Amino acid sequence: MDFSSLVTAMPGLVSGMMLTLKLLVLAIVGGVALGTLLALARLSHNKLLSNLAGFYVNYFRSIPLLLVITWFYFVVPFIIGWLTGTNEPIGAFYSCLVAFMMFEAAYYCEIVRAGIQSISRGQVNAAYALGMTYSQTMRLVILPQAFRKMTPLLLQQSIILFQDTSLVYAVGLMDFLNSARSAGDIVGELHQFLLFAGLVYFIISFGASTLVKRLQKRLTV
Amino acid sequence: MTPMLEVNAVSVRYPDRAVIESLSFSLASGQIGCLLGHSGCGKTTMLRAIAGFETPAAGEIRIDGEVVASASTMLPPEARRIGMVFQDYALFPHLNVTDNIGFGLRALSAAERTARIGEMLALVGLEDECRRFPHELSGGQQQRVALARALATRPRLMLLDEPFSNLDAELRERLGLEVRDILKAAGTTAILVTHDQHEAFAVADVVGVMVDGQIRQWASPYSLYHQPVDRHVANFIGEGVLLPGVVNASAQIEFELGRFDGPTPAHCGVDGCRVDVLVRPDDVQHDDASPVRATVLARAFRGAEFLYTLALPSGQKVLSLVPSHHNHAVGEEIGIRLELEHAVAYVRE
Repeated sequence: MDFSSLVTAMPGLVSGMMLTLKLLVLAIVGGVALGTLLALARLSHNKLLSNLAGFYVNYFRSIPLLLVITWFYFVVPFIIGWLTGTNEPIGAFYSCLVAFMMFEAAYYCEIVRAGIQSISRGQVNAAYALGMTYSQTMRLVILPQAFRKMTPLLLQQSIILFQDTSLVYAVGLMDFLNSARSAGDIVGELHQFLLFAGLVYFIISFGASTLVKRLQKRLTV
Repeated sequence: MTPMLEVNAVSVRYPDRAVIESLSFSLASGQIGCLLGHSGCGKTTMLRAIAGFETPAAGEIRIDGEVVASASTMLPPEARRIGMVFQDYALFPHLNVTDNIGFGLRALSAAERTARIGEMLALVGLEDECRRFPHELSGGQQQRVALARALATRPRLMLLDEPFSNLDAELRERLGLEVRDILKAAGTTAILVTHDQHEAFAVADVVGVMVDGQIRQWASPYSLYHQPVDRHVANFIGEGVLLPGVVNASAQIEFELGRFDGPTPAHCGVDGCRVDVLVRPDDVQHDDASPVRATVLARAFRGAEFLYTLALPSGQKVLSLVPSHHNHAVGEEIGIRLELEHAVAYVRE
């Protein structure tokens, strides 16, 4: 096999990977933040709040991610334009980012909710007895412990997200897979580029997954 | 002077049943009280109501004169300025000893906070462990951290929920005295909940024996032991049996074990009245010369003494505490003598 065309295409592949990673990191941060708020809403005593959050989670877990991505790409710019009166396109990157954040938040929410529920009621009571308010109790006692317990699960979900970022192909965003595919098309060696892309996805996902398992063992001991 | 804690006719009801019915008691400033009872008697519910984790259906709770719970008021726990030590300590596992103790002190400046943590560490003797995390401490140390954390905020009232139940039996009494010393040194009013009377006696100035959501007797450990108000308290506190007897014409109580010549309690009535008298193991003495014989049913070696369970000829059981050089086998017959100081008697219905 001749790898010289891979070497030539490397700068394009690297910038594709940078886009994938940028999308991934921002989507994780936003998804976990939104997921945490959703989890707090789901656990709230306020029936309306908890039902709304429950509906959100069930809705996003029941539709395909590809649909969400395309929906946001076509519909969100339209809504924003209609609301603001301008006709500025928000672009594929940001529409994808919002789609990933909102979609993944539904999954992160369930992980965070289980994490919060795994902290014993006694911890909450102890914080209240020490004069803490609800938000202080959450911020200083419950969430730090819950996140420590949830880290492996959140990372595992994020590895799935890493693979799912390749779906941005549908709206023409040049992520790693799309860059590899288009470079392969141009030089006429598509199979070689796709094999290479597959190898890279495998190494990163499997490597990360192994690290997460090791972390999980260390946290449970 | 206003009591530090006043519980006035408090009832707590769960949907299916009343847990506490019209319970009242009070604690003076600096006093350590204890609610003692079997599990399910409502003692923990009462404590949770004082803390604010449970809403009374009726009655009023005051801390330092301030109404914290009543028909019209329900202060949340964080506004009651109480300290609480939980059964499982509920230390924050992600924080070290220093941060656990300083947790409730967020309103203080950094310097004041450090100073207060230092005082608390010295009070509970954990200066050397201040950088450790809860899982690196022994059960007794964890408990002292929990105590220091609760005391650090200078609570008006300290609540302790079965604080020794996770400790070894031998540690309990020692730590009970230690906790008492720490609370007394801090001058804190406290209320303890437990099912273990040794714990209650070691820690508290005044103990309430709880049965079915009511306090049967609210008294010092000494009075509870020597003057239990009813059969239940008599059976619950200390060891002993209720020995049936009859009041004779000269107002003395006659037992199978002999006659009690001391003053017969007034409520026991006269000639022919049937009573049950509380007989503690130390009231029944070993005496080879005594005409009263009893058979050894069981024996428990306690080092200096044997606790013998004896059967009188009628089959009535009594307990006897005997110096351990009197070593008798099960089934052996021994002589015993009743040595009652005073009679605690209940009329038979």
